[in-house]
Amino acid sequence: MFKELIERFRQGHRTAPFPPGPEKFSDRYLGLPRLTGAPLAKAAAACPVGALSAADSALDMGRCLFCGACAKADPAAVEFTRDHRLSSGSREGLVLGSGGTFRASGEAPPDLRRLFGRSFRLRQVSAGGCNACEADCNVLGTLAFDLGRFGVQFVASPRHADGLLVTGPVTKNMELALRKTYDATPGPKLVIACGACAVSGGPYAGHAETLGGAAAVVPVDMFIPGCPPHPYTILDGILRLINGDIV
Amino acid sequence: MKLFGPAELAALPADKFFTQLSASLSDGGRAAAYFASPADGGRRLCAALAHDRAGRLELLLSEPLSDGFPSLTPRFPQLHLFEREIFELSGLRPEGHPWLKPVRYPAGGPDPGTGDFFRVHGPEVHEVAVGPVHAGVIEPGHFRFQCHGENVFHLEIALGYQHRGVERALSAGPGARSMHYAETLAGDTTIGHAWAYCGALEALSGCAVPPRAQVLRGVLLELERLANHTGDLGALSGDVAYLPTASFCGRLRGEYLNMTALICGNRFGRNALRPGGVDFDLEPARAAELLRRLEDVFRDTEGAVSLLWDTASVTERFENTGPVSRADAAALGLVGPAARASGVDIDTRRDFPYGPYSRYDPPKPGRGDVYARAYMRWDEIIRSVRLIRGWLASLPAGPLTAPCGAPASDSAAVSLVESWRGQVCHAAFTGPGGGFLGYKVVDPSFHNWQGLALALRGGQISDFPLCNKSFNLSYCGHDL
Repeated sequence: MFKELIERFRQGHRTAPFPPGPEKFSDRYLGLPRLTGAPLAKAAAACPVGALSAADSALDMGRCLFCGACAKADPAAVEFTRDHRLSSGSREGLVLGSGGTFRASGEAPPDLRRLFGRSFRLRQVSAGGCNACEADCNVLGTLAFDLGRFGVQFVASPRHADGLLVTGPVTKNMELALRKTYDATPGPKLVIACGACAVSGGPYAGHAETLGGAAAVVPVDMFIPGCPPHPYTILDGILRLINGDIV
Repeated sequence: MKLFGPAELAALPADKFFTQLSASLSDGGRAAAYFASPADGGRRLCAALAHDRAGRLELLLSEPLSDGFPSLTPRFPQLHLFEREIFELSGLRPEGHPWLKPVRYPAGGPDPGTGDFFRVHGPEVHEVAVGPVHAGVIEPGHFRFQCHGENVFHLEIALGYQHRGVERALSAGPGARSMHYAETLAGDTTIGHAWAYCGALEALSGCAVPPRAQVLRGVLLELERLANHTGDLGALSGDVAYLPTASFCGRLRGEYLNMTALICGNRFGRNALRPGGVDFDLEPARAAELLRRLEDVFRDTEGAVSLLWDTASVTERFENTGPVSRADAAALGLVGPAARASGVDIDTRRDFPYGPYSRYDPPKPGRGDVYARAYMRWDEIIRSVRLIRGWLASLPAGPLTAPCGAPASDSAAVSLVESWRGQVCHAAFTGPGGGFLGYKVVDPSFHNWQGLALALRGGQISDFPLCNKSFNLSYCGHDL
């Protein structure tokens, strides 16, 4: 027992404050994108998933893989900031116009926030996810993020849950399981689509084996973009849903 | 990464193909990949055979086949899933396969998890079904246990829930999304699969990746191994309710991921590798910062992990749980730490050295239980740290990337990378224009799932989480 105590003393207290400071993100981290207003044709041609539309001068963060190919192709047209707050309560809210400012949103209605604001249990469903989104949800349970301090917890059964967090493009082979898990969750309930796949199909958009995201099967209350989203982006999205604009 | 030019791609008549395949497998060859690929007038079988100790990679091709072919699974169990996959994807029937059922349940066939399962009959035998949605934050799969009380006679694993058509889409490449498909074949193995994909493309185009890029790829691959092995040791200790190591390692895993992000901005190494080299440099200040963090985090990892080996209640629970014998591991063609822990001494970094690896010395093989699989990870953590230290001490100068042109026509490339779970194998075939005719991905999990099933035999249901973590296999890497 003494060895454990000595090691605990040596490693110290490691739970990080929330909201996170900029030192939590690599200087090469690609967060919230910004369109400068310059023509997008060149940048759009570099996008592997068609997230940029030159005709509409718009960037759909829900499809974006945050690979940075657009900014590399035309740095004058697209920039990536290091802002990790990317969530939106609506799918259209993730579409950025040029010059406009994006503000993360997506809080649940006041009665649900009152209900879930201090105690929110989520059942995670991986439906074709590559295990990167799943891993970054798992990491929220570690002592560094300490999800529990916000009253949020991932639970084993949908019967114990107040909502679902869905990852992956929803494969046809997971459609039934996702629907059953949703049905097994007692209402009122909330659904979070986490990651480019769950929001829009991600790199698998258009594949006949997938349904193009969680909204094809269940009603989604919160969309969190990224491939995968940074754990702080996911945490920000979850807390925004149940607590409103906290930061 | 080996290129096979048109002259080396001579097709064998079916009988010769199977004779030669059997001979190679009897001779200690291991099927790194075995699949059907489109060919004039039908489908031909391709086998990429790794002769690990000799460091020789052999590619066998059959002439186009039209219907059935003799199953070699009864003699060589390592082919069991490959033959099922061939049947599912091409319709070529392996005659005499003992358990020919779907692998990924593609649309148009039976629903996933349905159909026949191996059953044990008897008055007190009962069946336990788990999944596809599991208790933790984990990917979906279906597990059927045949039990007598708590004792497990047999476990059958049915996957396919994560099937999203990624291999099919890769076969239509190379294209704009191909690199992203490779990076998401198994998200926790982003670097491993990205390297295998780049390696195949570079071999096909004759691109010589600059030494600095090779070393940076090595750093990223070893960081991926460090993150996952550390996470696994934490998860294993969590499963035996030893919380100090579980808590420490949960954080430390994240610190290794953050080191990857220090290099490329993404914790999983997305966007770091591109055909021809790497997209990010490690300037002197960044290299120094990486080394400083590595030393800090390794010291904490050492402190956290050594608690495991010093705690009798942990070692007692790990020892003799989920044993897989050396003979079984070899017969099933297991790879990676799971194989090495069972005494099968293979490691791509030593047997088929690539990139910056030379004279890699894998840890001593273990005796096949959960303890051996856990200790193997610790041994590998030490080696990964040593490798990164060595590379950072003498980073080669020079460019980060070399032009990677169009792939050669009518050729094939087989690319092998030792990811943290074991050998990743990508095989690409090009047609007359240099576009892919076929692209085959074999994640280490494809070989190893049956190893997990075997580990449970004679064990208890309550051993399952522990055995499962000790393999920690990929669902999406299997389901493709």
